[in-house]
Amino acid sequence: MIEKDMLRFCTVGSVDDGKSTLIGRLLYDTNSLCDDQVEMLQKVSKKRGQDFIDFSLLTDGLKAEREQGITIDVAYRYFSTEKRKFIIADCPGHVQYTRNMITGSSSSQLVLLLVDARKGVLEQTRRHLFLSSLLGIKHLVICINKMDMVNYDERVFHNAINEVKQFLVRMDIHDVHFIPLSALKGENIVKKSENFSWYEGPTLLYLLENIHVMADGNFIDGRFPVQMVIRPMREEFHDFRGLAGRVESGVFRPGDEVMVLPLGLETKVKSITTMDGEQTEAFYPQSVCLTLDDEYDVSRGDMVVKKNNRPEVSQDLDVMLCFMGNQELDTKKRYLVKQTTREVKAYIREVIYKIDINTLRKVNEGALRIVANDIARVKMRLSAPLFFDDFKKNRNTGVVILMDEVSNETIATGIIDHRELSS
Amino acid sequence: MSQYQLNHLKQLEAEAIYIIREALSLFERPVLLFSGGKDSITLFHLLKKSYYPQKIGIPLLHVDTGHNFQETISFRDTFVQKEGVKLMVASVEESIDKGDVVEEKGVGASRNFLQSATLMKSIEENQFDCLFGGARRDEEKARAKERFFSHRNEFGEWDPKNQRPELFGLQNGHLRRGEHFRVFPLSNWTELDVWQYILEEKIDLPSLYFAHERRVFERQKTIYAYENYVQLSPEEEITIKNIRFRTIGDVTCTGAVESTADSVEKVIEEIKMAKVTERGTRMDDQRSETAMEDRKKQGYF
Repeated sequence: MIEKDMLRFCTVGSVDDGKSTLIGRLLYDTNSLCDDQVEMLQKVSKKRGQDFIDFSLLTDGLKAEREQGITIDVAYRYFSTEKRKFIIADCPGHVQYTRNMITGSSSSQLVLLLVDARKGVLEQTRRHLFLSSLLGIKHLVICINKMDMVNYDERVFHNAINEVKQFLVRMDIHDVHFIPLSALKGENIVKKSENFSWYEGPTLLYLLENIHVMADGNFIDGRFPVQMVIRPMREEFHDFRGLAGRVESGVFRPGDEVMVLPLGLETKVKSITTMDGEQTEAFYPQSVCLTLDDEYDVSRGDMVVKKNNRPEVSQDLDVMLCFMGNQELDTKKRYLVKQTTREVKAYIREVIYKIDINTLRKVNEGALRIVANDIARVKMRLSAPLFFDDFKKNRNTGVVILMDEVSNETIATGIIDHRELSS
Repeated sequence: MSQYQLNHLKQLEAEAIYIIREALSLFERPVLLFSGGKDSITLFHLLKKSYYPQKIGIPLLHVDTGHNFQETISFRDTFVQKEGVKLMVASVEESIDKGDVVEEKGVGASRNFLQSATLMKSIEENQFDCLFGGARRDEEKARAKERFFSHRNEFGEWDPKNQRPELFGLQNGHLRRGEHFRVFPLSNWTELDVWQYILEEKIDLPSLYFAHERRVFERQKTIYAYENYVQLSPEEEITIKNIRFRTIGDVTCTGAVESTADSVEKVIEEIKMAKVTERGTRMDDQRSETAMEDRKKQGYF
């Protein structure tokens, strides 16, 4: 048995803060690159007349990106040590940064934020901190990069820490780490550097390998959205009727008293069936097949929950909407909303306020047009109830996406928040 | 708290099954692209787990260039019979005979590039709206940008600059008539993950993946298998070497590596030490810096 766990993180930063270099360094210094990749890097860098290895060539996968020297879309990178497998979602800082950061961090457990030591905390840094908090990120690693350009000055590092901390007071992230480093020189990434005699903390890799993330899951509120119904119609499984799906939170065991929504039918879990045999328990993020004591007519979009711990059930939804559509949000239009495995129609009843992403202040006067990269608090009315929890409590059942019925595009994500956010 | 912990393979497996079940629920006519390679065999295994205890309810589609390794074809035929699934074959040779595509000639000629047209034709004829593929993001830089659910327009084209965002794992499978999705449940797996999973799950593979003696020739520092339809240049000569394949495609574009790894365990050790990427021996990727991106835009896997 291979006992290695996994960490998903995303990297964000501003323009030219050395993010690609940092990722390249991590891959290079953990021996995750092969000779042909290194050769390609050296060859192309030389051809362009650059006297250092341009690690961004590794992450910029599309022709247009390499031609323009910018990153267009989130790219995924992988590396692995004896302890952990890492999935990096590399979010570009140039265009559509809000959309990209939301996409990348929505599947991440940790955000790695880069700050250029020469520039300190920028407006963009604050936006990234705000978005990390909004998107329920529990672990933040802030790398103060390019320390070699400021003579490894301890004060620069501490100033940056103070600035970030002041801002974080208003945010909801509690596990925050700061590391001074130089990505270009490979200092404090995998190996410690003598240039940082004043720094006693871990290297970046040590932190990524050891940060404790398993306890982040919700193992309390039992939520099992039905993905598909399994009917084998085979002799040995004659009356088998299974509910296939992923446990989104909580733990299910055979014998548990459960309720099936929306009908509110009460029954018990009979078995947890998988191809590897019957299981004694199932928890997030396991994909299993449940059978119930009673033969109810259950279908995709229904949800099995614990009898004594139910989600909210409502046709009205208050969300923080992160909008990314090409056309502006239309309050007269019907949209499709998907949450867990359930899809309903919806319209926007009211835009309560918009957040000015530069000042992070609420804007609630005048016509509130919502366009790409806007974040707004809205009230939605749904064609049928959803079964959900507050996002702060449950990152899997507390979130929706909005789709355009005509273009079929995914135009927004909505973070369910039935309490007022502090601003 | 640590009792509710899964190792990386179990997490990847759970994610893949989730993606597969979403696709099976959202699309009407899914099909599994099956090459007889390790990734598509692994994907088949995950499909079985997604359906269990129901039988796999979708067909397999093999895009056959006619230049396959004999081992792949016999493995494929035994496999479908044993698993009791339906196999469909889209033949590139047929497309050539009908004049739908024109075959390359000379040294380095390959039918690999013709596969997209044959595939598109099969998609249209069978009205497939979802094609499961075993592609992984770690294979190639253009693939690093892929989504789990990758939208294709009615021409089968991929528009990498305008992809739908995938948010919190919530998949949007809405499409117009004639469009389809490529679904890649192994997106987050690496070559090593796949092999470790094959070991854990005791998955059978074609013998080509393990070290064996073969008639080969060398071209641009890569070892290729010799078959009688391969045209050699005068300086190229046939030798016998102990080799294995890291990827299996068409004979004409799949390079081999010299190896003594004759078991899954030994292959895993070899990959851990490997100094060349998995697709570093694929001639189809080496034609230009953007070879994969260009093919993908036109409907390649």
